[in-house]
Amino acid sequence: MLRAAGLTKTVVSGDAPLTILDGVTFDIAPGDSVAIVGASGSGKTTLLGLLAGLDQPSEGEVWVDGQALSGLDEDARAAMRQRLLGFVFQSFQLLPALTALENVMLPLELAGADDATAKAREWLTRVGLAKRTTHYPKQLSGGEQQRVAIARAFAGDPKLLMADEPTGNLDGATGAEIAELMFRLNHEHGTTLVLVTHDTALASRCTRRLSLAAGRLVADEATH
Amino acid sequence: MKTVRLAMRMLVRDWRAGELTVLVAALVLAVASMGTVGFFAERVKTALTSQASLLLGADVMISSDRPLPGSFADEARARGLDALPVIRFNSMVHKPGSDAAPVLANVKAVPPGYPLRGEITLADAARPEGTRATGSPPRGEAWPDQRLAQRLGLVPGDRLTVGESTLVVGPAIQQEPEVATGLLSSGPRLLIHADDLAATNLLQPGNRATWRLLVAEPPGRRTLAGFVSQASADLKPGQRLESVRDVQPEVRQTLDRAEQFLGLAALVAVILSAVAVALTASRYLRRHLDTAAMLRCLGASEGRALALFVAQFVVLGLAASAVGVALALGGQALLVSLLASLTQAELPPPSVVPGAAAFATGVLLLFGFALPPLMALASVPPLRVLRRDLPRPKPSALVAYALGAGVIALLIGWQAQDVTTGAIMVGGVGGLIVVAAIAAWGLIVVLKRLPQRGITWRFGLANLRRRPLASSLQVGALALGLMALLLLTVVRGDLMTNWRASLPPDAPNHFVINVLPDQVDGVRQAMRDIGGPGTDLYPMVRGRLTAVNGAALDTRKYDNPRSRRLAEREFNLSFADELPSTNRVTSGTFWNKGAAADAGLSMEDGIAASLSLKLGDDLTFDIAGTPVSARITSLRKVDWDSFRPNFFTLFPPSALDGMPTSYIGAVRLPEGPASGAWVSALLEQYPNVLAIDVGDVIRQVQSIMDQVSRAVEFVFLFTLLGGLLVLQAAIAATQDERRFDAAILRTIGASSRQLSAAQIAEFLVLGALAGVLAAAFATATGWVLADRVFRIPYSATGWVWLWGVAGGALVVTLAGWIGTRDTARQPPLAVIRQLG
Repeated sequence: MLRAAGLTKTVVSGDAPLTILDGVTFDIAPGDSVAIVGASGSGKTTLLGLLAGLDQPSEGEVWVDGQALSGLDEDARAAMRQRLLGFVFQSFQLLPALTALENVMLPLELAGADDATAKAREWLTRVGLAKRTTHYPKQLSGGEQQRVAIARAFAGDPKLLMADEPTGNLDGATGAEIAELMFRLNHEHGTTLVLVTHDTALASRCTRRLSLAAGRLVADEATH
Repeated sequence: MKTVRLAMRMLVRDWRAGELTVLVAALVLAVASMGTVGFFAERVKTALTSQASLLLGADVMISSDRPLPGSFADEARARGLDALPVIRFNSMVHKPGSDAAPVLANVKAVPPGYPLRGEITLADAARPEGTRATGSPPRGEAWPDQRLAQRLGLVPGDRLTVGESTLVVGPAIQQEPEVATGLLSSGPRLLIHADDLAATNLLQPGNRATWRLLVAEPPGRRTLAGFVSQASADLKPGQRLESVRDVQPEVRQTLDRAEQFLGLAALVAVILSAVAVALTASRYLRRHLDTAAMLRCLGASEGRALALFVAQFVVLGLAASAVGVALALGGQALLVSLLASLTQAELPPPSVVPGAAAFATGVLLLFGFALPPLMALASVPPLRVLRRDLPRPKPSALVAYALGAGVIALLIGWQAQDVTTGAIMVGGVGGLIVVAAIAAWGLIVVLKRLPQRGITWRFGLANLRRRPLASSLQVGALALGLMALLLLTVVRGDLMTNWRASLPPDAPNHFVINVLPDQVDGVRQAMRDIGGPGTDLYPMVRGRLTAVNGAALDTRKYDNPRSRRLAEREFNLSFADELPSTNRVTSGTFWNKGAAADAGLSMEDGIAASLSLKLGDDLTFDIAGTPVSARITSLRKVDWDSFRPNFFTLFPPSALDGMPTSYIGAVRLPEGPASGAWVSALLEQYPNVLAIDVGDVIRQVQSIMDQVSRAVEFVFLFTLLGGLLVLQAAIAATQDERRFDAAILRTIGASSRQLSAAQIAEFLVLGALAGVLAAAFATATGWVLADRVFRIPYSATGWVWLWGVAGGALVVTLAGWIGTRDTARQPPLAVIRQLG
């Protein structure tokens, strides 16, 4: 489903090049749930960005569903994301100008779905926000915003869900609820999940754990 | 010194990053618009003041609608002054043996020695500035101006018929003194020798002529002042003395008003620029917080930090203002060329004062609107380096508003010269923007309720309603600029078309005036032959109003200059047996056929109101030296649109028996050469008669209107640009939000086409909204003008809507696209990390 080979990311900072990721290689099979863990600055988010085609590696290659990303331009990568990927971010990243419903409709409309409104409404109902559809992000609590983000991520019916610290900005109880919701939906839809997290409890719910340290993959272990 | 160097380095960096483009553009625009109008007005006014004696052709001029007594000239000569009599009148002139129709010209008969001041410039194909004439026309010669020469195809040596005499055409005149009187009269002119006047036989009773005495003081004499006070005391009603100081009060007043209007239009652009400056300065504040905090952290005092930022803005303000002044020099030259034929006088070069004033506007604006954010910036706590979540410093609202309002008030007071006019103008403009903004807000709300399909429109509209206040203000500002342009172009055209359509198809198109009593039967027959049996001639007697209810009329009591002029002029009196068909009595009763001489007189109600006259007032007119008194027994409403001769004052026929009378009539001539042939034939027989082509007059008025509105359009372009700058500043202020939105949309798979489409949709809607409002306001204004001012039916064409909506959408979309095209180019992850 997802394959990384020799992924390296170097940025020039001042005069010296700084290596953020260094030759990271792994395969993720369809239906797997994988946690990427590591200390702050170990390159987790950079890796997730490369896997999603949001950024380009200095060296190495990413294949998503058999498609090499290096051969795609920005628009083609966007089209790939629209077709295959869903995202959940630490700080939710909802569009402030749109209502909850409109935010969830976005991926459906981008894909040209006819019944975007109905589907988005249905997704908001599934995440327990049937009564908050016309609210704007700033009128919702953090947990509610993350529910909208999850609904938005699943609405496009992705094969692959990427989550960057999805509970990082939430208090313990809310974070647990959100994790529960995310894993339940993931299970129901058979989605492949790639999760970046600090949270060991969250990481332990995944079937596999990739550990990064200073840009290198230092451990690749099954958790169950 | 180190501070300045560091400031310059920071300035260069910000400039490269494009952070300051809108700020500089706003300053340049403000300075350029103020400067353009300032330079132009200054040049025209200086021409009027410093060249007044040249324009007057003398130091002092006495003028009257009747021949002046010789005593004035005797008095002047007795004091050792030069004195020259000049007579001006209108006459038909034509080139014998040519097909060209006779042309109505303003003829000036001058003795040798004319002019006393200034000079006559003759056209010279080899020299565009012309050559100086060594004298005035000799006997037997007539010098046409270039327009007349062109209309009749005259070259030197041709023959020209003026009244009953034929003169030889001399050189063509490019410029002559006494033109300022004709700042708004652009008819052709002819200069002849005073001694040729008698032979033309044109000065018949009833002909409107102006007699003038030009007086100038030779070097070394100091007797002019004494003459002026003596002559002023001797002036009789109807005689005026104009000196260099009070030359052409109407012209000056018109000019003052034009300057004020253009200046305030420019001021609107300045105010919009101020908004743009304020918006950009507050974005500058947000984006430089970290720099400022780091500077403070590294040990810069608040004062040093402020000095650093202020130094950058000083350089920026000076440079932008200089560019603005340079542009203004070009702008005023364009304005002068647009109004070229109206400001016939030679204009002096632009002076320093308006340039300095415009320059000061730029600097003032920058500091009025940028200083508060800069002060806030310098006071940022250094702890921000560690804790980004510290509350942002904000400029003290009180200081900011007070400073901004102070600057604007200063500019208004300076431009409007009197506070009330300025307040009314700016209040009106501000009110319009607010009304437009409220309407825009309403429209945005309505649009939201429409079913929306597709991300493009939803997202575009979401962006508008996300910042309803800013969006509405932008729409308001843009609508104002667009409305001004629509009014001046489309609506003006519509009004003209509507007015033409409102004229009856058989409306007379020529006026025949100056017909003498013994010519009435022949001329009337000629008119009926071509214009039909209904065509007629009406008597006209000229008289001056000298007393009301027994008290001598003092025209100084009229505050309104128009009323004063009406009262000072000779009236065209007429007599009639019965009420003319196009008149209606509004109060009192009109006399019956065969009424006695004491049946009173009838006045048009409008002029009666202007002169504060009412039913029952006893008026005394001086008709060729004979006083004629009568009571106002009726007031009439007159349908002036009928294009038939109408009169302010009517008497019963017996009352004006034996008075010098000329006749006037109107006739419809067929289009084409037949009309020219008819006029030629008429003049052949009656050389003193004038035939005025209404179409000619309309064309002249229209050409003046065209020029004036082009000039005003030009100034309002600054307003529109101001609106677009506010838009750009607003886009810049929301750039971070836009980049963030684009990154999110990118992340969930939007293509660059979809992103652009959504942004374009936003600006299309913004521009179209501004266009709809502009078209609506322009149509409403057009309707009010038509209904209340011109009293014609008004039907707007669809063009005003098409131009407004399509033009607004296009211009705004283009500007918006320019401002936002970079937002989608950065990698999404970087943007989300930076801003998320």
